[in-house]
Amino acid sequence: MAQIFPPSSNTVSKVSIVAALLAIGGLGAAVFAINKSPFVARTKIPFDQAVPFSHKHHVAGLGVDCRYCHNTVERTATAGMPTTETCMSCHSMIWTNAPMLEPVRQSWATGKSLEWTRVHDLPGFVYFNHSIHVKGGIGCSECHGRVDQMPLMYQENTLYMEWCLDCHRNPEMRIRPRDKVFDMTYQHPANQAELGAKLVAEYKIQKYTDCYTCHR
Amino acid sequence: MSGNNQIDIGAIRERLATKSGPEYWRSLEELAETPEFQDYLENEFPQASTDWRQPLNRRNLLQLMGASLGLAGLTACTRQPLEKIVPYVKPPEEFSGNVPLFFATGHVQGGYATGILVESHQGRPTKAEGNPEHPGSLGGSDVFSQASLLGMYDPDRSQDVLKEGLSSTPVSFWAALTVLREQHLAKKGAGLRILTENVTSPSLTAALRTVLEQMPEARWHVYDPMAPDGAREGARLAFGEPASCYYNVKAADVIVTLDSDFLYVGAGSVRYSRDFAERRRPAEGRKTLSRLYSAEVTPTVTSSLSDHRLPLKSAEIEHFARALATKLGIGVAGSSVSSFGKWVDTVAADLQAHQGSSLVVAGDHQPPIVHAIAHAINEKLGNIGKTAMVADSFEGNPVSHDASLKQLVDEMNSGAAETVIVLGGNPVYTAPADLGFKEAFLKVKNRIHLGLYNDETGSLCHWHVPEAHTLESWGDARSYDGTVTLIQPLIEPLYGGKTALEIATALGGRQATNHNAWKRFWRARVNAPDFEARLQKALHDGMWEGAAPAKAVKVTGNLGAVAASAIPSGLEVSFRPDPTILDGRYANNGWLQELPKPVTKTVWDNAVLMNPLTAERLGIGPSDVVTLKVGGKSVNGPVWLVPGQAKDTVTVHLGYGRSRAGKAGTGVGFNANSIRTTGKWADSAEIAKTGNTYKMVSTQTHGGLLQGTEMDIEAANRKLVRVASEEEYLKEPHVFRHMWEAPPAALTLYQPYDYSKTYAWGMVIDLSACHGCGACTLACQAENNIPVVGKEEVSRGREMHWIRVDRYHKGDFANPAAYSQPLTCMHCENAPCEPVCPVHATMHNDEGINQMVYNRCVGTRYCSNNCPYKVRRFNFFLYADWDTKSLHGLRNPDVTVRSRGVMEKCTLCTQRITRAKIEAEKQDRKVRDGEILTACQQACPTGAIVFGDINDRAAKVAKLRAEARNYGLLEDLNTKPRVTYLARLQNPNPELEKG
Repeated sequence: MAQIFPPSSNTVSKVSIVAALLAIGGLGAAVFAINKSPFVARTKIPFDQAVPFSHKHHVAGLGVDCRYCHNTVERTATAGMPTTETCMSCHSMIWTNAPMLEPVRQSWATGKSLEWTRVHDLPGFVYFNHSIHVKGGIGCSECHGRVDQMPLMYQENTLYMEWCLDCHRNPEMRIRPRDKVFDMTYQHPANQAELGAKLVAEYKIQKYTDCYTCHR
Repeated sequence: MSGNNQIDIGAIRERLATKSGPEYWRSLEELAETPEFQDYLENEFPQASTDWRQPLNRRNLLQLMGASLGLAGLTACTRQPLEKIVPYVKPPEEFSGNVPLFFATGHVQGGYATGILVESHQGRPTKAEGNPEHPGSLGGSDVFSQASLLGMYDPDRSQDVLKEGLSSTPVSFWAALTVLREQHLAKKGAGLRILTENVTSPSLTAALRTVLEQMPEARWHVYDPMAPDGAREGARLAFGEPASCYYNVKAADVIVTLDSDFLYVGAGSVRYSRDFAERRRPAEGRKTLSRLYSAEVTPTVTSSLSDHRLPLKSAEIEHFARALATKLGIGVAGSSVSSFGKWVDTVAADLQAHQGSSLVVAGDHQPPIVHAIAHAINEKLGNIGKTAMVADSFEGNPVSHDASLKQLVDEMNSGAAETVIVLGGNPVYTAPADLGFKEAFLKVKNRIHLGLYNDETGSLCHWHVPEAHTLESWGDARSYDGTVTLIQPLIEPLYGGKTALEIATALGGRQATNHNAWKRFWRARVNAPDFEARLQKALHDGMWEGAAPAKAVKVTGNLGAVAASAIPSGLEVSFRPDPTILDGRYANNGWLQELPKPVTKTVWDNAVLMNPLTAERLGIGPSDVVTLKVGGKSVNGPVWLVPGQAKDTVTVHLGYGRSRAGKAGTGVGFNANSIRTTGKWADSAEIAKTGNTYKMVSTQTHGGLLQGTEMDIEAANRKLVRVASEEEYLKEPHVFRHMWEAPPAALTLYQPYDYSKTYAWGMVIDLSACHGCGACTLACQAENNIPVVGKEEVSRGREMHWIRVDRYHKGDFANPAAYSQPLTCMHCENAPCEPVCPVHATMHNDEGINQMVYNRCVGTRYCSNNCPYKVRRFNFFLYADWDTKSLHGLRNPDVTVRSRGVMEKCTLCTQRITRAKIEAEKQDRKVRDGEILTACQQACPTGAIVFGDINDRAAKVAKLRAEARNYGLLEDLNTKPRVTYLARLQNPNPELEKG
């Protein structure tokens, strides 16, 4: 009986097995990469906002402290969003006719709130508390990036659980002195591991990694 | 669960007599060992229950398979929708970010208020707690104040002013009311009748009195099925004036109740529960327990804690009171009944031995003479002013409600009542049938109704005005001891509701907003230059300081002149407000409908309650539908067998059979008002089988714990409930440990873990205090966004309550003892649920909490299957209501709303733990003992639940765990539960024990 398969099918089959394995691995890697891509994780993408507010201008340019607007960040779970009144505390005196600020003036006149699109949007089953992180010496820029360099706000990090846990397991590498928390330009020193360990001990930082820390 | 129709009562009676069954039993099904009960016992959910709402046929099977295949891969592909942040334009007063604020207000029922604190999340009231500073609460609360939140958000509430059923406006209503006022004013108010619920509010009383001053011919009638009518009339009989009475339960060593459920319902029940429980805890080496004797018709929450219980017919209670009074040397007509056995002698002797520290409490369902005799006994024993306080009546219009309603009906029939304004309440439904209220009401020319719902009464009125809920209005009401509780709104009226105060003020010719009318009254009443400051403080505290002063009184009424009433033979029917929905006012409240009723554990239904022995005698089987006939009127209802019910009596609960309650309450159960006579019971009722059966749903068989298996005869009684008398306990404190041996702790396959490094959360539940009211269950439901599932799902064992209250009985049908045991996740250190989870969705943390991670859960239900305590709950369907907008406001934002297909269970209120831990860490300290209260603990009126860090030796919970009474449930499994129990202590009278 004649052979059904020519000798070359040996090679073909070997190559296709290897190719299939590679393809599976490659697919996995691709999914992994896509999952972390700015498109899926919504990082580095500025959103359209009611007012094109520039953190760069207000923070780096004018030196306004984070807490002037986000005034509950040290007390409560959320950092707090400025009320129209907060905006108007300056803008009733300066740039009073700027067309860009028309929505703010509208809001002030009509009593209807400004609507901002949430940039850092944790899933509904994650409960994050700003105040305890601020108290623990975790700087704003640690999670939010160099906000003072952002003309339009975008999300710097993925906010994935893996990313949270990275720091919850090793807070030494992220912690900074409490008085530097709101310092956007702060750079971790070369001896961060050493300083971090000292601060973790001094601030009595707990390495919470159990589920109920964030999920309820 | 569904109907106990496979039960042979005779056979069970025999078993109980020969003591071959379990010592502590939960239900007739258990005793009868029905297959259904076995199914519930051995499985987490019964096997036979069908999961599909529609039967599965070939076609929808293929559809489902295709759909699941197609959709399976896509579920992870949804992107999180963009969310808006909407900040305030101007921050409101006391803006606190997302930290909840608490406002003191009151929950009003039957005219009386209990002080509560309501949690508000950015303007949304989400949870009611007891007000620790309020004398009526001391921090505890009851099921009704917990459920009032849901009542406020109820989407079925009336939302529009209706004129003859058509939508109108408040402006036209006020105009019409002004015209009516002018008409009646011209004839000095003749023809004007105002019908209110019980009113203790000083401001509303003043407003109504103003109307009556302007229009002397007008009349103010009062009818409230929840008001203490017998007590008021009894006080009138005894003291010659309508006094109000309240108790100092803490000072009472011996308490005798005459058909009273004073620990569960009515003004002061929360405070009484706390005080009573305080006297049921043992002290080192000396006797401290008070003693409770209950004579009553139907088993109640109160009697579940009693040391001795005497089941009597309603009519016999009076005779028991007379016999007791005669024995104590009080001049009343004696009783001809001699069937009380040793009770009269023994109880009288015990009372005599505790002069000044005893208390006789008569129940709301007893006639005035019983209350008067109780006053006479208390006076004779020197209790008045010590345990029983008497004060000037707290009620704005202290008239007999029955008489007042009867008079109104007569006037409506005669045409004397031209305009009837119903301010709250639903008399068309709640009035007893023999009055013919509805027919008379329809003869009235102008009918106006103010109510939360467009109900049976509202729909018959020319004008219906939506009422503002208590949580939406300014007001005031007296508490059990006369303290004036202030009521402040938590939110603007959702549907533009009005209050009785506004309407009364307008009738007095001065239209004003709710707030203005209320404030003007108090400004005039307080009349001080620093009024604003005083008001601020009172609003903060929730009350104007001070109870009503107790006054010295003398029983002046000639009680001897009141002849003893006869005790008719034949079947007696008692009419009682339902234990959860009361007179029907909470009929549309899903939480209260689904809360197992404390005694029967039935849900979503009322029934004809009777003793199994009576049923056997009458030839009636369980789940039979019977016709109950009283005075020519009849109603059909299913039978539910209640061990302990007095023989030859049946109890029917009011509040069901509503025709216009709303989505949840309409058409549920039968309307017992349709055979009700004025008075609290009817004699010589006829009962007959209809031949039909009805599926009642009771949770009493759900979550049964194995008391022992056939393989393990020795373990036939695992002592789930441990009971001893105080005497035995003082003799040998470790009596409970000897009841059941736990294996050595090391005998386990689980890896040991060192829990000593951080907090170790634990809970202790005191069975001596728990009376099974269910406040914990509802508080947990409110705190943890637990959905309501409906009667059908409950019948399959799928109620979602994270904490349930199991009720055990001991003894025979005639009069068994009752024990309540709240059961929540035990947070076992060796948790059997954890190793069986294939996806690590349930696991331990280092503080000892058994965590449930919803996002990991894939719904295998292995954990639930492996839980010996049966405390895990599974979302078989999408139970959470995601569509009803008004209910969104009710949700606790700190707790995830669970979706279909995930397991859930008690988290020990992890959101509260986290909140406290964060606050403590911010202040560089540890969490203090008592800083964290779980929702169940906070609500518990008796203070039976204690939570805290068991590593902290000074913590209350650690001390209680070290007590000799402490034991774990199913300890022999070596699960090392973090939730443990303190055994129940009793203080029986040896004289009665001798039998």
